[in-house]
Amino acid sequence: MNETRVMKGREKAFSMIITFFVALIFWLLLSAWNKYQFAHGEYEPIRFFRGVFVAFIVTLIAHELLVPARGEKVLLKLQRWILYIPWELYQIVLAAIDVASRVFGLRPVDPRIIEFETTLRSDLALTTFADSITLTPGTITINIEPERGKYTVHAIDKGPADALTVDQTMQKKVGYVFMEEG
Amino acid sequence: MLTVELLVNILACVFLAGGAFFMITGAVGLVKFPDFYTRLHATGKCDTLGQIFTIVGCMIYQGFDFITVKLFFVAAYYIFAGPAATHAIMKAAYFTGLKPWKKGDPRM
Repeated sequence: MNETRVMKGREKAFSMIITFFVALIFWLLLSAWNKYQFAHGEYEPIRFFRGVFVAFIVTLIAHELLVPARGEKVLLKLQRWILYIPWELYQIVLAAIDVASRVFGLRPVDPRIIEFETTLRSDLALTTFADSITLTPGTITINIEPERGKYTVHAIDKGPADALTVDQTMQKKVGYVFMEEG
Repeated sequence: MLTVELLVNILACVFLAGGAFFMITGAVGLVKFPDFYTRLHATGKCDTLGQIFTIVGCMIYQGFDFITVKLFFVAAYYIFAGPAATHAIMKAAYFTGLKPWKKGDPRM
């Protein structure tokens, strides 16, 4: 729900410089460097300047999307978000093992649909939480109502459903990352 | 050195085998589970991990190279795109009025 305001001055320069270097590095990693050409001395500088040109065009078009007008405490949120990723990867492994054990009949299948409300409001926090629900064991997001932070979730058993409605570990983690604990 | 090469090959094989195991498990779940929603659970989650394991196995086999970076981008993209696609299919099914299976119902 962040209103679009026009960036200017230092803020705009900061945004454009960051976007330019991200685009250029991405382009270099994906297409420009070919180690065989580089080792045999056949690397043509014109390729590099082509990349610079393309990165500049991308910067002009898209810099407001990649680095939008500065909100509050962006760096702290980014730091917390990066620390959140390893936990999420661990949850992905647990989720696949959980579903595999249900496929082979070691755990029961007793699906249900649950609804609950959260304290999350911003688009980024809602999306992160919805993705996290789908990646963690036994639950998939069906629908979100952003105004009230209300989630409709399909759970494959009672255990995963209780993890969301009773324990609320993940809600607290996402709320901590985006500072929207309510 | 031969020993390091052997170790890398073994590690890559372990990851590739793990990826294959989870993909096959997802396929078995697709056949075995009772209704649409639970089937989506099987494919959505097992495929994510299977894909990531396969790509990590390829990354280990390749060693540190520009191809490794490209494979890493593929894996990162899959983590973001996988759940979004699963959610989109599930939402579409839910709002067209497909009834979820409950324990005790006949298989659909």
